Amino acid sequence: MEEKWEDLIIETVSRILIPFIQIYALYVLAHGHSSPGGGFQGGCIFAASLILLFLLYGSKGLETNFPPRFLFILSAFGVGGLFAGVGAFCIVFGKNFLDYAALSTILPHGPIKARYYGMAMVETGVQFTVMCVMVLIFLKLLQEERIGV
Amino acid sequence: MRKWGVVGALLSFLALGQAVKDFPAFGDPQQPASVHVVPRYVEKTIEETKVPNTITSILADYRGYDTNYETVVIFTAGLSVMMILGGALRWRKNGKT
Repeated sequence: MEEKWEDLIIETVSRILIPFIQIYALYVLAHGHSSPGGGFQGGCIFAASLILLFLLYGSKGLETNFPPRFLFILSAFGVGGLFAGVGAFCIVFGKNFLDYAALSTILPHGPIKARYYGMAMVETGVQFTVMCVMVLIFLKLLQEERIGV
Repeated sequence: MRKWGVVGALLSFLALGQAVKDFPAFGDPQQPASVHVVPRYVEKTIEETKVPNTITSILADYRGYDTNYETVVIFTAGLSVMMILGGALRWRKNGKT
């Protein structure tokens, strides 16, 4: 799984498909307000597209583009920076933790529409975390295989 | 040992069969799960949050704490994998194991 997969058909089809998979993941995230979807599902789809990249081009070259340390920091940013950050922001402006009505102080909307956008931010944080943890587990299991238990 | 496992599984199956009789009927509007807070969620989601999807508003707004720590659980899974597999990698390179 470390070397490049030498097959013209698989490579071409995957290269065409991967951007659409990623767009679809972002669509599932952004459209989660009015249809089934959200951060968990969108993150899993996005991670699937990255894992397809790993399977196609081998993990060695792409580990330099997505090093595990970067993925780990990005997942911590998703849950701690975006999710808990929005919650802490609401505390600063005098509401309860995760009471998104406080976001109306910085958004040009009323407190009800601010809840809508607060939920969107929170789901984005969930998507970051889920995507990075899925890719991270895959990468780490590959490394374990390389060492040879 | 295996015989006792089969006996235990059968006993649990019979106990579950007894409990199934007391379940509310399928789609019963008066079942306990549908009369506590669900009517408020269904009726007030649009006017309180402007989100058409009730599930999203429950997941991210009414039950925000729950989703927050659900995400922390996933983050902890990634942290454990980093600690276990990353650590194993380093020990073997140093030749300690």
